Amino acid sequence: MAYVAIADRDHDEEHHDPQTFITKYVWSQDHKVIAIQYGCTAIFVGLIALGLSAMMRLQLGFPDTFSFINPENYYQFITMHGMIMVIYLLTALFLGGFGNYLIPLMIGSRDMVFPYLNMLSYWVYLLSVLILIASFFVPGGATGAGWTLYPPQAIMQGTPGIDLGIILMLASLGVFIVAFTMGGLNYVTTVLQARCKGMTLMRMPLSIWGIFMATVLGLLAFPALLVSAIMMLLDKTIMTSFFMPAISSMGADPGYTGGSPILFQHLFWFFGHPEVYIVALPAFGIVSDLLSTHARKNIFGYRMMVWAIIAIGGLSFVVWAHHMYVSGMNPYFGFFFATTTLIIAVPTAIKVYNWVLTLWEGNIHLRTPMLFAIGFIFTFIHGGLTGLFLGNVTIDLPLSDTYFVVAHFHMVMGVSPILVVFGAIYHWFPKITGKMYNETLGKWHFWMTFLGTYAIYLPMHYLGFAGVPRRYFAMGNTDFLPDSAQDLNAAITVSALFVAATQILFFVNVFISLRNGKKADPNPWGAASLEWQTPDTPPKHGNWGHDLPECHRWAYDYSVPGYEDDFIPQNVSADVAPAGRDHGGEH
Amino acid sequence: MEIGLIFLAIILASLITWLVKQTVNVQPWVAEGVTEASYQAPFNARPKVVALVTLLAVITSFFALVVSAYSLRMELGDWIPLTEPQLLWTNTAILVLASIAFQWTRNAASAGNAQRLKPGLLVTGLLTTAFLVGQYMAWQQLNASGHYITTNPADAFFYLLTGLHAMHILGGMYVWARATVRVFSGHDNAEESIQLCTVYWHFLLVVWLVLFGLMLST
Repeated sequence: MAYVAIADRDHDEEHHDPQTFITKYVWSQDHKVIAIQYGCTAIFVGLIALGLSAMMRLQLGFPDTFSFINPENYYQFITMHGMIMVIYLLTALFLGGFGNYLIPLMIGSRDMVFPYLNMLSYWVYLLSVLILIASFFVPGGATGAGWTLYPPQAIMQGTPGIDLGIILMLASLGVFIVAFTMGGLNYVTTVLQARCKGMTLMRMPLSIWGIFMATVLGLLAFPALLVSAIMMLLDKTIMTSFFMPAISSMGADPGYTGGSPILFQHLFWFFGHPEVYIVALPAFGIVSDLLSTHARKNIFGYRMMVWAIIAIGGLSFVVWAHHMYVSGMNPYFGFFFATTTLIIAVPTAIKVYNWVLTLWEGNIHLRTPMLFAIGFIFTFIHGGLTGLFLGNVTIDLPLSDTYFVVAHFHMVMGVSPILVVFGAIYHWFPKITGKMYNETLGKWHFWMTFLGTYAIYLPMHYLGFAGVPRRYFAMGNTDFLPDSAQDLNAAITVSALFVAATQILFFVNVFISLRNGKKADPNPWGAASLEWQTPDTPPKHGNWGHDLPECHRWAYDYSVPGYEDDFIPQNVSADVAPAGRDHGGEH
Repeated sequence: MEIGLIFLAIILASLITWLVKQTVNVQPWVAEGVTEASYQAPFNARPKVVALVTLLAVITSFFALVVSAYSLRMELGDWIPLTEPQLLWTNTAILVLASIAFQWTRNAASAGNAQRLKPGLLVTGLLTTAFLVGQYMAWQQLNASGHYITTNPADAFFYLLTGLHAMHILGGMYVWARATVRVFSGHDNAEESIQLCTVYWHFLLVVWLVLFGLMLST
């Protein structure tokens, strides 16, 4: 059969140009508009979660000062902060936002293969967000079960929000998973089927590899959350006993018989651990591209980077029980899960080495995206190293319920991915909007965020070693804690409020740049990957004008010896030598 | 969790094997012209087929996890094995017939035999609806004999497994209904929908056989 790229084969499947404002910006089927819708919604709920964390910090730093924060609120804040940040912000932003924007552009396709499904995915996601937000306003308020929603306490008297709050939470998760599945099918199929001519798998930018593998993980792991949400919903509403043990509540028998809370933990973490990598893998991929572009060097060890992504994806399914050491388990299981957990450090470390080696002797341009990318290497190494401590059963047991864990996971899957998010937004801002952002504001934003988050989380490690328990509303009179622990807590709160406030710089930058920003060059960074080679900036509907691009090389041809330009775009033919190539050596 | 892990391991292993095959012995840094070899059409399949296979992997993961939960919960002391209603055997036979009918319709669609489409789709729809009604009657029988969803975890899982399976069938029925409307309104023969649906029906039949076997054997 004569070979026709699949992206060409379906050219008769119409790509209607949207006509009205409504079809162009609201019910849009264009992956770029959907990406922006996803991104804005995710950042909006992220701001709510940021506000919640500020409230928690106020209470922890200055207990007995704020009458509007009581223990019930505090637990609701914890729960919603965690759930929003992990699922509704990071998962949605990386896969729904960046996945949608970058996949078709980077692989040289006109759109996702199922544009209608893609649109549906966003609106269902929005519905899940609305259900989530609604739970703040129902009687009893949002659930305060902690983001892990462990039974039995998640639906027992004494936990805030056990009336409608927990029901809405579980319903919202269910709806989110439906939305994610619709999006995920699209991302996987698009990456597999809609690549342009010459775009082999091993020529895809690492961003796409990261997003692709994260989507696969999401598709296989989210069902675990769905199963546990459905079963918990049944336990809550019609009194089945899947998870609920025979238990007496405030002297009364709620009527449950012999269910297994541990079963819930297994299901939850079977989703929960891959979820960490659903957030991390896109960040890994994107940061590789940022480092390579702004260091003007090809990514070090591209194939290793790809295999590391695949290996991390596979391994992430066999480590879940390291979240359950304190729940008690057969010591052999503990040994098994500690081993697999530590093995995951190998591909991860390969990635870190490769990032550092990419910078080695590179022509480093410290623009805002690059600052964020390098900042990510620091925070990720710190968060990753404490993970090695916590992966060991014996070290985890005493540290598990302390601030050490809070510091660990915020460094590794809070701060690190968020730094990448910012770096990526600055990096692609010129392409998305056609305007340049303000470099000075961007750099201020980076330094204040980066140093500020260190001021928050570094001291938390010490609090954890000292034994300050996490999840507590107030420390009270705890003899083994020195008074200085409270001083440190106050300092952390000040830093946290500072970091939260400096995020205004980002929004100011975005709005000013959108209004008055300099018109952006189509390829301001001299990047080689396809999304910078579109005929229009920002790309129009259909992305590529009349002809689809052809891909002749990988995305990392930076500073190739003998070439005049220090980058060669992916769609430049291998036979065409730019001026100066063959004559360089003769003179 | 072992069952969930095994299914997942199979899915992941096949994906990873395929990915590794595509990526070893490739020298990505070498630029070369666009040749047949440099375009890896992963499967010579239409996007919708790839999407369906992906969806089936997701549903497999979903049911594998439910089955894992079943086997973990079963080990606890309060589990009283349930005697499944005999009606389930009839339902199973009906679902097998539905699958056969769909296959027959699909073959007709592939062969361009438009006359067989309408009866084929109708019979499939009737059989599938009969299966759902049969499942509902099984629920009624259990209820009548005092096995409510809260009576025992074995009962609860019976309602859960059959319910989840029925909901997946209902999802398939939506696509079946759209295809049927298109065929009856004479626009086209909905060949692609029918092909995809047939695969989905066979898949759900296998899922049902696994679930039924699991419940019978415990």
